[in-house]
Amino acid sequence: MWQYEKKLQYPVKIKNPNPKLAKAIIDQLGGPDGELSAALRYLNQRYVMPYPEVKGLLTDIGTEELAHVEIISAILYQLTRCLSIADIKESGFDTYFVDHTTGIYPQGASDVPFTAAYFQSKGDIITDLHEDLAAEQKARSTYDNILRLADDPDVRDPIKFLRQREIVHFQRFGEALRITQDRLDSKNFYACNPAFDKNCPDMCCKNK
Amino acid sequence: MNTQELLLNQIMQYDFSLKELELYLDTHPYCRHALDMFDKIRAVREKAVREYNENYSPITALENNSTEHWNWIDEPFPWEV
Repeated sequence: MWQYEKKLQYPVKIKNPNPKLAKAIIDQLGGPDGELSAALRYLNQRYVMPYPEVKGLLTDIGTEELAHVEIISAILYQLTRCLSIADIKESGFDTYFVDHTTGIYPQGASDVPFTAAYFQSKGDIITDLHEDLAAEQKARSTYDNILRLADDPDVRDPIKFLRQREIVHFQRFGEALRITQDRLDSKNFYACNPAFDKNCPDMCCKNK
Repeated sequence: MNTQELLLNQIMQYDFSLKELELYLDTHPYCRHALDMFDKIRAVREKAVREYNENYSPITALENNSTEHWNWIDEPFPWEV
């Protein structure tokens, strides 16, 4: 289960609204490499993982990603507070405004609504961990692009924090892959899938 | 920052350290050094949260400590500060 803590993982205090920048940053909420797809990816993948370190890591990183969804949403909220109609028209925020006013909606920077097609849960630990490693790098690249677009230090500060977290998660997923490969057949990592094949050493329902 | 914000900021820093150690310990579950650090920071975190609950407001709904009103909904919410 989850319990809400009434605080952000990292503070967000933005003085000046900037709806144009919000339209770019929304990519990390509902875009292809965003925080929502990260949270759902890890929290769905964890169930069939054969090793406790990896079950724990996917649970804990998935949970942290939910906190990152909240940080991005707080940035979007603060960038679109108290806008005038002139601000909305001039910034190009009008296409979003007509659908959502200034409500927070998970979509990408190019207006595509969030979809579960952005992530995979393959039921194969090697495949899923490689997807996770790639996802962290894709999110890091997206943050690098946002930092190329954002001048406001109030925005850059939490974005830099989130970018760093991608690098830490990549490191931890790399360790999870090493732990996994150490436990599989060293001559052939693909000899069996411990989440499904009954001939696999760590198969959970071997004795059932 | 007022004293409430300073204390909450301190708790956020402790929580970040604990989160970082949590992920590290998931892949290094027998690291004595990390276990010791986790233990130390958890202790100071608990003390700071108690102080925050007594003087300001709950961080989780379970920490609601007023018999007068449900102070869990007291503003500000985290995205508003």
